[in-house]
Amino acid sequence: MMLKLANLNHTSYLIDNVTIVDPAKNTMYAGHVAVVDGKIDAVERGRAKEASLPIYDGGGLHLAPGFIDIHVHLREPGYEYKETVASGTLAAVAGGFTAVACMPNTNPAIDDPSVVEFILKQAKIAGRARVYPIAAATKGRKGEILSEYHELVAAGAVAITDDGSPVASAEMARRVMEYAAPLGIPFIEHCEDMAASGAGVMHEGFYSTKLGLKGIPAHSEEVCLSRDLLILKSVRGAKFHAAHMSTKGSIQLIKRAKEDGLPVTAETAPHYLCLEDKDLVGYDTNLKINPPLRGADDREAMIEAIKDGTIDCVASDHAPHAAHEKQVEFNAAPNGSVGLETMFPLLVTHLVKPGHLTLPQTLALITHKAAQCLGVPGGTLARGVPADLVLFDPAETWTVSAASLHSKSRNSAFLGHALTGRVKHTLVDGVNVIPAKVGV
Amino acid sequence: MITNRKHLLGLEGMTSEEITRLLDTAESFKEVSERPVKKVPALRGTTIANLFFEASTRTRISFELAEKRLSADSVNFTVSGSSVSKGETLRDTAENIQAMKVDMIVIRHSAAGAPHFLASLLEASVVNAGDGAHEHPTQGLLDMFTLRERWGNFDDKKVVIVGDLAHSRVARSNIHGLVTMGVEVVVCGPPTLIPIDIERLGVSVETDLRKALEDADAVNVLRIQKERQAAGLFPSIDEYARVWGVNSRVLERAKPDCVVMHPGPMNRGVEIAHDVADGERSVILDQVTNGVAVRMAVLYLCSGGAAIESTEETEAAEAKAAKGKQVA
Repeated sequence: MMLKLANLNHTSYLIDNVTIVDPAKNTMYAGHVAVVDGKIDAVERGRAKEASLPIYDGGGLHLAPGFIDIHVHLREPGYEYKETVASGTLAAVAGGFTAVACMPNTNPAIDDPSVVEFILKQAKIAGRARVYPIAAATKGRKGEILSEYHELVAAGAVAITDDGSPVASAEMARRVMEYAAPLGIPFIEHCEDMAASGAGVMHEGFYSTKLGLKGIPAHSEEVCLSRDLLILKSVRGAKFHAAHMSTKGSIQLIKRAKEDGLPVTAETAPHYLCLEDKDLVGYDTNLKINPPLRGADDREAMIEAIKDGTIDCVASDHAPHAAHEKQVEFNAAPNGSVGLETMFPLLVTHLVKPGHLTLPQTLALITHKAAQCLGVPGGTLARGVPADLVLFDPAETWTVSAASLHSKSRNSAFLGHALTGRVKHTLVDGVNVIPAKVGV
Repeated sequence: MITNRKHLLGLEGMTSEEITRLLDTAESFKEVSERPVKKVPALRGTTIANLFFEASTRTRISFELAEKRLSADSVNFTVSGSSVSKGETLRDTAENIQAMKVDMIVIRHSAAGAPHFLASLLEASVVNAGDGAHEHPTQGLLDMFTLRERWGNFDDKKVVIVGDLAHSRVARSNIHGLVTMGVEVVVCGPPTLIPIDIERLGVSVETDLRKALEDADAVNVLRIQKERQAAGLFPSIDEYARVWGVNSRVLERAKPDCVVMHPGPMNRGVEIAHDVADGERSVILDQVTNGVAVRMAVLYLCSGGAAIESTEETEAAEAKAAKGKQVA
């Protein structure tokens, strides 16, 4: 008799009766997995035979490497009323993510090794997903003085960015790339020309005209991106990653840079694949995001860019805000939507179901390809790697509601959306990290 | 029959039948203001709160008079600056006022969408008295009322809207209403003040005022805010006045009976010349008079009042058309 996964209490065991999805090998087949001492020991086709290990029933679910989200705002330290490392990593595992990279726009910013150590300690105490801190590229994210990259990396930081803001001056962007190059860590840019964005609150286009809201032009993103790509050409050894790409013009710039052989990777977020500026009719502040939801052309270009590989991975840009902060006039609301718990079903609903990509191709965007952008391990089913696994039902349909989410904040742009695909179990180091009383 | 609206948030999406019904109802109410006793009991027992989060003189007074002439009980709440800087959120302010059992809320706010936000939160009817650069539906209706009074109907007419289209809620409400009624609308102003893709609202863009005014039946002159110049959107007030100011010389391009409108307050000598503001073509004070009647109609219909026009719509329309021609 097989054991129930909900009661998983071994460190060495088999999970039988699952459909294996291996994005790194681009395969999907009925099989079983052996976990020994929290590491993957074997992934094989067919049902498990008589074995010395206890056998858990996968219940016909799909099993894949745990998802990795390389762009998350955990808000701690400083904004614990929005999210904490504990609540954010609970949302992560509820969404199938076994690792998240957190952004440095905290208070204080992640510009000091002590903050990196604090976050890693909080993550260890929480005991859910792995957390990879991303350090501030400049002290206090002010764009004036470089942060101590060597110290920060030694403490556990994996990349640098001033996300939430761009590195505003070309001179500083150059110094950031130069100084980071020997460490092999990517510089992640939040591409935005602040003067071009001005007081804008949504994409500049017909709908900003119609709604009477100040627009943020597409070129606000593209001017900053093209500047950085020009700098990147002349900085030997630098690695550059473009965060939350939102426009068709940016896609063209990335494509060209890749053709020129520049060391550039790029991410987009699920909302740029399935929402548009026209959805802001009604002034729902949960849809106020930066970069803003763009036009139909941009959205279509983003799907194409995912299909042709111009975009390397998808990250949620999980941005929790308290209810009282979002229940204000549109102009006054902060930017961002929570996203950890909706990312996987959004990708199934908007990429797999319409036939843009297969399930393994889609999961590649949030597993090994995401890990490669950041230069962190994970995202594969290779023998000997930690058993960070997710089990999900790709066909279950559910409706997103505030009550269905585990993040401390419920500011989802997708409340009321009926989505397909639901995570059932998330394992980190072979341990079930979704507490039974929480469930999913 | 057309169903009653609970809120008036904007003219966008309103049908020509609805607009006609509002204007017809306003026509009935206009007569009330001509009487020695300027009051009807239509909204007796109804409580209305006027929430003005942005400075306004004429719109606030116009709404207040409309409420008093309908026998409603009204209170005013005026705050300068945003709710955020005051410390209390718009939501809390509105919920507190609703807790005092207010039936209708008239709101003026600098943030586009603020009335929509209240409508989603509250039980009360919400009337938009101007939200940011989005809409000012009662201004749009009173402008249309004034035009229909002159013209009798909207057939084969061309209206030019000149000025700061980018920041104008008056322009957007006028565009939605006029386009719905089949009027040709041309917008004109410095390219830096014409918002992107405005053509998709059904208008054409002409930056040369002389060309825009060619054969125009009416011109609606928007107020130019001096802070737009400070923001670098045009170089100087003098150049603006020379190139986009409406004066009697440029009006020669328009039809001889071209009507001149302005939502006020005017910058005389900037967007509109003195002699034009006070001239024969000006209907600027008629707009103000009509504003009260239009707001009475809006409050009455949003409170659930039945349309005053009879069901013999065709007959009534014909009668009005005839009457309109006499006036013109």
